[in-house]
Amino acid sequence: MKLSGAEILIECLKREGVKTLFALPGGVVLKIFDVLHQQKDLEVILTRHEQGAGHMAEGYAKATGKAGVCLVTSGPGMTNVITALADAYMDSIPLVCFSGQVPTSLIGNDAFQEADNVGLSRPCTKYNFLVKDVNDLARTIKEAFYIATTGRPGPVLVDIPKDVSQNQTEFVYPSSVSIRGYNPTYEGNKWQIKQAAEAIAKAKKPVLYVGGGVIFSGASQELLELAEMTQIPVNMTLMGLGAFPGEHPLSLGMLGMHGTYCANMAIHYSDLVIAVGARFDDRVTGKVSEFCPYAKVIHIDIDPTSIRKNIHVDIPIVGDCKAVLRELNQLLRATVNGDQKELRKPWWDQIHQWQAMHPLTYHQEQDGPIKPQHVVKRLYELTKDRDPIVSTDVGQHQMWAAQYFKLAKPNRWLTSGGLGTMGFGLPAALGAQAAFRDRLVLCIAGDGSIQMNMQEMATAVVSKLPVKVIILNNRFHGMVRQWQDLFYNGRYASSYLGNTPDFVKLAEAYGAVGLRVERLADLDGVLKAALETDGPVVVDVPTYPYENCYPMIPAGGCNHEMILEDPPELKKKQKGVGKVVPEDKDTVLTA
Amino acid sequence: MEHIISVTVENKFGVLSRVAGLFSGRGFNIESLSVAPTLDPSMSQMTLVTSGDDRIIEQIVKQLNKLIDVIKVVDLNETEFVARETALIKVHTKDEDRAEALRIVDIFRANVIDSSPSTYTIEVSGDPKKIEAIINLLQPLGIKELVRTGRVAVAREPIRPALAAKKSARD
Repeated sequence: MKLSGAEILIECLKREGVKTLFALPGGVVLKIFDVLHQQKDLEVILTRHEQGAGHMAEGYAKATGKAGVCLVTSGPGMTNVITALADAYMDSIPLVCFSGQVPTSLIGNDAFQEADNVGLSRPCTKYNFLVKDVNDLARTIKEAFYIATTGRPGPVLVDIPKDVSQNQTEFVYPSSVSIRGYNPTYEGNKWQIKQAAEAIAKAKKPVLYVGGGVIFSGASQELLELAEMTQIPVNMTLMGLGAFPGEHPLSLGMLGMHGTYCANMAIHYSDLVIAVGARFDDRVTGKVSEFCPYAKVIHIDIDPTSIRKNIHVDIPIVGDCKAVLRELNQLLRATVNGDQKELRKPWWDQIHQWQAMHPLTYHQEQDGPIKPQHVVKRLYELTKDRDPIVSTDVGQHQMWAAQYFKLAKPNRWLTSGGLGTMGFGLPAALGAQAAFRDRLVLCIAGDGSIQMNMQEMATAVVSKLPVKVIILNNRFHGMVRQWQDLFYNGRYASSYLGNTPDFVKLAEAYGAVGLRVERLADLDGVLKAALETDGPVVVDVPTYPYENCYPMIPAGGCNHEMILEDPPELKKKQKGVGKVVPEDKDTVLTA
Repeated sequence: MEHIISVTVENKFGVLSRVAGLFSGRGFNIESLSVAPTLDPSMSQMTLVTSGDDRIIEQIVKQLNKLIDVIKVVDLNETEFVARETALIKVHTKDEDRAEALRIVDIFRANVIDSSPSTYTIEVSGDPKKIEAIINLLQPLGIKELVRTGRVAVAREPIRPALAAKKSARD
């Protein structure tokens, strides 16, 4: 039987096990939507903006570990989804995006809503296709899913001209894929793994530095075994949070620019860094020439280009984290002898000393303004038994969430790391909620970030996705203000947002529930009320506007040289200030 | 240091821009790039001349390998290789210069492939130094147009492989 291109697309999606599609229609994809409308196997979540569709697919992918799928129209539909593709590319999220294109006969004619989709997305996708013939469609889709989900995952774009979705052909779905230029390495080199095991056995002050790769490869169990067997402390990157239980005694928390004091000190003074599925991002290394100067480096990564890109690696192992760690554990089980706890005691004594010296801290006065860290901490304590999925936007609130929301399991942390996309949080939470309707999904946002994709509240309400959005509202682009306070003499150029909208009324306008925490004493009560509400909720929490996020390694600084608190002159300036008084744009704070 | 990298790629549309985009996006240098189909028409052969320290060249090779349309990457500097380039040079030739031009063509074993009353078009092949040298000599006559192909290169086979094998057996 002959099927149209649109029917073939839907048939392929079903065979790939896709259940949910985040989409927004337009002229050249109408045929596809018409077919979608007449079937029941695929759920279509209609988003209010294509960027939202992209981030929802990302949230879906991160929470499920499967490819997220979105569908957008040509021209502006495509340009709108670019941010999400770039975000997925930076954070290695498996995503398949289908875009509409003008009919093949019009390509290149500057037709209405035409854009060079393949050209636009080339630098921000793992691969992309323009399908010019309906006979190539099924094979192309098979390849797209294969490329997106294997090796180092990433976004793949399939551009489908209008006539290709209308033309008919015999449907044959290929059972396997073979691409001669694409053969990811999964098994690590045995000799290199042996070298790594020997280095671990010899090391006195080793540190595990784990990233998002551990989560995508499903290697959390292997990592736990390795860490417990060898008693090596675990540092997580922003993307790696959840790869190792946050409350585990071997966890030092997040490292890097806003990482914990002990995590950064431990990696700086270590004699062996075991990097697993992490890519030595500049937010982690700080000044590259002085990054872990005393350490040998083992780097396990599926992407060969990550190895030796930023720093020198002594023992490179290209392979899948899970496969390599399993092999490594096997070797170590045979060679690790003696009581590891005893052996590591001097190292742990040192780490405990660092932990005690500068733990994560903030000061919440009972009658003072609400501190944002306190909100995250209470939210964590109130929800940890419900195993929530947490998304964040980008900025100070993101870092506080990373510091204080200690995740126990992988695939529960949705955040934009590499690209740092404000506006990621709400749609990502919706994507995760669409995958798991019964789970608790939280979105911790800032008042700046939430306004970048606020329109998706409509999606939450209409598609019945009961996410709980907690806005830490400081009326600033807080991280920008923090940098201005620390490095630009407190001149608040364009970081003060002025009169932010009334988020409670805004939530209500969308048909959701809006709540506000007026005083510290109400915090728990309002959060509990939000958690008990059935539908989507927005909780507006006005917080102390001048709170800064510490520890902080200034950009390009060394990991052991952290700023741990506000410098004295800044403290003096902020003294007694609890509110933003916006008269003077340079010193918005006035007592 | 200059490296010549030989890249075998899928012969389909968009591949050249993927390679070029990789170089521009990551700030790598391209000195020259030549591309044409191989014996197998489904593949093309690119010869890339680039430069950088060892770390950069390692990244270039890895990043090229990462491209899905790239089938094989060889850094020719790791072996012995021969490289050639062709230039087409259109030279002004006044009456008194025509003999001099032909003499230069002769010295460099170049060819005159087109001529008009006032110009010769000269074709010359060789390593870049030879091309530089002939340009240097022709310049006083007045070069009207110059087109160079960029280098193509191929690895050398081991000299007298049978002998080499015998030798290593003895060792």
